[in-house]
Amino acid sequence: MSVGKEGRCACGQHASIEAHDAERLTEHMVEESLLRALMPHAQTRRAVLGVVGAGALLSALGDILPLGAVKALAQGAPGPLEKKALKIGFIPITCATPIIMAEPLGFYAKQGLEVQVIKTAGWAVIRDKAINGEYDAAHMLSPMPLAITLGAGAQPMPWTMPAIENINGQAITLAMKHKEKRDPREWKGMRFAVPFDYSMHNYLLRYYVAEHGIDPDKDIQIRAVPPPEMVANLRADNIDGYLGPDPFNQRAVYDGVGFIHLLTKELWDGHPCCAFAASRAFVKENPNTFHALLRAIVDATSYAAKAENRKEIAAAIAPTNYLNQPEVVVEQVLTGKFADGLGAIKDVPDRISFAPFPWRSMAIWILTQMQRWGQVKGDLDYRAVAEQVFLATEAGAVMREMGLAVPSGDSEGFDVMGKAFDPADPAKYLASFAIKHA
Amino acid sequence: MRATLALRASVLSALLLAGFILVWYAATLPKSAGPAVDPAYARLMGAATSPQGNGLPSPAAVGGVLLDHLRHPFFDKGPNDKGLGIQLAYSLARVMLGFLLAAIVAVPAGFLVGMSPLLRRALDPFIQVLKPISPLAWMPLALYTIKDSAISSIFVIFVCSIWPMLINTAFGVAATRREWLDVARTLEVSLWRRIFLVVLPAAAPTILTGMRISIGIAWLVIVAAEMLVGGTGIGYFVWNEWNNLSLSNVIVAILVIGVVGMLLDRMLALCARLVAYAE
Repeated sequence: MSVGKEGRCACGQHASIEAHDAERLTEHMVEESLLRALMPHAQTRRAVLGVVGAGALLSALGDILPLGAVKALAQGAPGPLEKKALKIGFIPITCATPIIMAEPLGFYAKQGLEVQVIKTAGWAVIRDKAINGEYDAAHMLSPMPLAITLGAGAQPMPWTMPAIENINGQAITLAMKHKEKRDPREWKGMRFAVPFDYSMHNYLLRYYVAEHGIDPDKDIQIRAVPPPEMVANLRADNIDGYLGPDPFNQRAVYDGVGFIHLLTKELWDGHPCCAFAASRAFVKENPNTFHALLRAIVDATSYAAKAENRKEIAAAIAPTNYLNQPEVVVEQVLTGKFADGLGAIKDVPDRISFAPFPWRSMAIWILTQMQRWGQVKGDLDYRAVAEQVFLATEAGAVMREMGLAVPSGDSEGFDVMGKAFDPADPAKYLASFAIKHA
Repeated sequence: MRATLALRASVLSALLLAGFILVWYAATLPKSAGPAVDPAYARLMGAATSPQGNGLPSPAAVGGVLLDHLRHPFFDKGPNDKGLGIQLAYSLARVMLGFLLAAIVAVPAGFLVGMSPLLRRALDPFIQVLKPISPLAWMPLALYTIKDSAISSIFVIFVCSIWPMLINTAFGVAATRREWLDVARTLEVSLWRRIFLVVLPAAAPTILTGMRISIGIAWLVIVAAEMLVGGTGIGYFVWNEWNNLSLSNVIVAILVIGVVGMLLDRMLALCARLVAYAE
């Protein structure tokens, strides 16, 4: 280790030689423990390192693992930011609440970041702009990073999902004329919209109707329509209903064109929906910025999770620059006290909630549904893809750092419409469905 | 007193406008309130339970919104909320850039095609196939290959404005009167002088007509392109207000788009008058 003059370190990034040494030491420990984890036997490790050298091996590993990010996380205090001014794309829906509100409420600024949140017209555009590098990070639907990584509906590109934004918070809205058709068995021939092919909305709607014996590809029509255009299409009688994100379910009620048939929390309580996503290249090249950004997002997400903050948040994100919706609509979504469009006021405090931890079991469920409907073909190593895309380790480290409770594992089972899902055996789960197009 | 034709036409225009606004006003008169509903529910339902149930804004409401926009055309409240003036400037800049690039390519290409029967025949099938493609159909391809949404929308403008200019230039050049070319040849005028002093002035009115068609199409297309890609521009403004189902703002935007389109057309019509000649 080289020693600088006057107590300054050689790299010039630290106040003292001690600080420089301490950081080098932590980095060294991270690298060392990584090598130990990969090759537990001392003899093998020495033999391999003797041939290729630790540096070469680590840089090869760096291509697979976001080593820089892991190091930055281990050091706790973030190093100098590689990039301060960031652009983050979002779709104007309440799922993006933490990403949006972090700007007006100062969560990005708190981490020393200057973030511009840019409203985007639809999921295909946000995907293309993110892939093109016009956005540093983006609000995406949680299946999208998996789809982009696998090259389904996009050119394959390693993508990551460091945090989930919201859980629950979607609904099935039907046109007023279907007031009496509350049983999906009567829905044959109806036209539905979902925001995107690779969305929880698509998988949940398909799952829901299939459980009622309706084949989503043959008996009904499902189209991808950008969320903001759903209400206009419902009014124009271009669709009969949609499983879409809020505020557009509530907006249909507010405009008197539809009613809320059910909330998605009734299908799977705690299901993920939207996510905060970035390319693996961004994570690798800007470990400190990524770390600061993830801190801001986790911070904002846990702030949004508290019911007492919801009114303030509704007021912050309703203006034209963000959601561009009447505040009373956004408030009904976030507080869960809402008009259902049929004359009743419902009170469901967890209509939408926010929880950042990216459970890998959720990724595995999403992958089973992608296979179920033929979006992804052939054998899939579910666990490996989930680990590569859902950055549970990084999210857990940041949550721990910020004093939040971190789950002990990264995978747990859950029920979807009363049917148990075991993440350890996805193939069996997939085989159990009567209606599928794999 | 006999009024001139122009005066009578303006009076008729004003009457038509007044009639239109009157019908609009009558159609949006508040209806009588429906059955009484629980006030707490009514608050949550907002517009749906208010007397003006059909949602179409009245002329006064639109006028108010328009005045508001005219009073503050250049505010900037963040990347997604800018004044109408700024949005128009973005759209105009994109149209101008795409249009100029198209002119730079289309006019010389039109000359080549117009002066060489061989090239005309060789290129004709390509032009015939490419011309009817809706410029927006290029958008996904442009986004994928150019990897920049701003340049992609300029490219779309470029693609849609190039064909009318190219075809008109070629037509104008080919239609240059034989006698003039023969005179030039007799006087042994060099090729470049012939192009600039004989063919160009002869074809200028036709070229300008092509440009007028092009800018009209470009202005139509930019609104659609910006609605698709978003970010900035008058098309984005329409899309953003559509999200909010704010029809007053959409109507204002429609009005502004119409006025700006007319101004662009008038501008090129003036240029056309400058190069016009009588035989």
